[in-house]
Amino acid sequence: MSYSLHHSTESNSLLYKVFENTGETVYKCYQCGKCSAGCPLSGDMDYAPSSVLRMIQLEIPELDSKVLSSYSIWLCLTCETCVTRCPQEVDLPKIIDYLRSESIEHKKVNPAAKDIIAFHKTFLDSIRTTGRLYEVGLIAGYKFRTFHLLQDVSVAPKMFLLGKLNPLPHIIKNRSAIEKIFRKSNRAHAGKEAEQ
Amino acid sequence: MITIGYFPGCSLLGTAREYDESLRAIAPKIGIELVEIPDWNCCGATAAHSLNHTLATALPARILALAEKENLEEILVPCAACYNRLVMAQHELMSNEPLCKKVSDIIELDVKGTARPINILEALMKTSSNGLAQNISKPFNYTVACYYGCLLVRPPKVLQFDRAEDPQIMDEVMKKIGAVPIDWAYKTECCGAGFSVSKTDIVSKLSGKIIKDAVTRGAETIIVACPMCHSNLDMRRKDINQYNDSRYIIPVMYITQAIGLALGIDKKKLGLHRHIIPVTLPVKEKTTGKTQPALAVSERSASGGKTEVE
Repeated sequence: MSYSLHHSTESNSLLYKVFENTGETVYKCYQCGKCSAGCPLSGDMDYAPSSVLRMIQLEIPELDSKVLSSYSIWLCLTCETCVTRCPQEVDLPKIIDYLRSESIEHKKVNPAAKDIIAFHKTFLDSIRTTGRLYEVGLIAGYKFRTFHLLQDVSVAPKMFLLGKLNPLPHIIKNRSAIEKIFRKSNRAHAGKEAEQ
Repeated sequence: MITIGYFPGCSLLGTAREYDESLRAIAPKIGIELVEIPDWNCCGATAAHSLNHTLATALPARILALAEKENLEEILVPCAACYNRLVMAQHELMSNEPLCKKVSDIIELDVKGTARPINILEALMKTSSNGLAQNISKPFNYTVACYYGCLLVRPPKVLQFDRAEDPQIMDEVMKKIGAVPIDWAYKTECCGAGFSVSKTDIVSKLSGKIIKDAVTRGAETIIVACPMCHSNLDMRRKDINQYNDSRYIIPVMYITQAIGLALGIDKKKLGLHRHIIPVTLPVKEKTTGKTQPALAVSERSASGGKTEVE
């Protein structure tokens, strides 16, 4: 790593934790704003991408908390436009993935993001049981989790007629291998800070 | 004939069935033998990398390891999103030894990095140089918008594939089959990807801009190479038209379907009947005659805002 955090003194600041867990140095950002200009969703975010980086740079606990409870970190589509254009090569999508797991761990998830997380969790449940994504199960599970029961009732029958929805899941043979990967990965994820 | 490993990914078994069908239909004709990776699993997609980084590396690592076991040197990953997950996982595993060891322990298989994931454009490039053009029986002489989306070209530092801001490879392949690609602004803009279900309004907004630009610049069809781009631009069209107060009816095709048509393969074999927006392209004479774009009325019709597509 050619950069280090020679300024940081706060070992529990987000700036420090981002570096420890992702190897990314938020200090490298000099606020040119290219990420915010190119982000397809910066207008829908509560803090633009470059603002998120600035808030982390300042190492102020209140701002760290605002970052973790922001809607921005959940709106990121990982389209990778920001990191592609960043003159300092700050890997913002990678940082945001880390901020998401911190946000969940510290129970700071923005209420507006609950549908997004419900979708991700249902997705993972689906592949944990069958090894591959079962789209019908995903939609049903998502509706059940979020109570959006009427969503997409008009498009689903059409998809079925077009042969695009399989009524039955594709189940892989070695499902125990997948279950093991989930169990071990969850354990590793829970203990990630101690490990790094 | 080149033998390439094949990782279809979950979408190609369901919502993107026609991508799998058309790819399998054109493969023998363009000199590719596909060897499906046995017992492959889901790559984890956005869900895994949003919630658990270790899982997001371990799931693709199992796929890579299974391909290595079969001595496959390359894995064709037609889904751009799966492709991105596989390449990113391999990149991380090969550049971080402790992580590689940890993940090998988790999946209980070794990953050496000998099987390289390639995307559909790379596979087509390989074959199009030795003979795609001479096998064309029905030139696909339409004006097309080549839509790459995010993950075929980004992040360039890892993928090292084509130009990140204005890629050309799909345009080049389309030219070889007789199409005229347009120069447009939304080649690599995001369609809204994984928010199709959880934030449909965002997909409607982003995909609406893409379709609008393609239509305004005269495209007759949008060519894609990603199941998520396809489902957002095609399956979500009703939501897009409602949100944007528009009546876009431009069809969206997989690149493999366009090539299949040019190779003279039957429409049904290419799954062209499986689209929500019917693929009705005007019949043209052999030379590229200008026809009226059969598509897209961008304003709400006088009939009082009916957004249904006939």
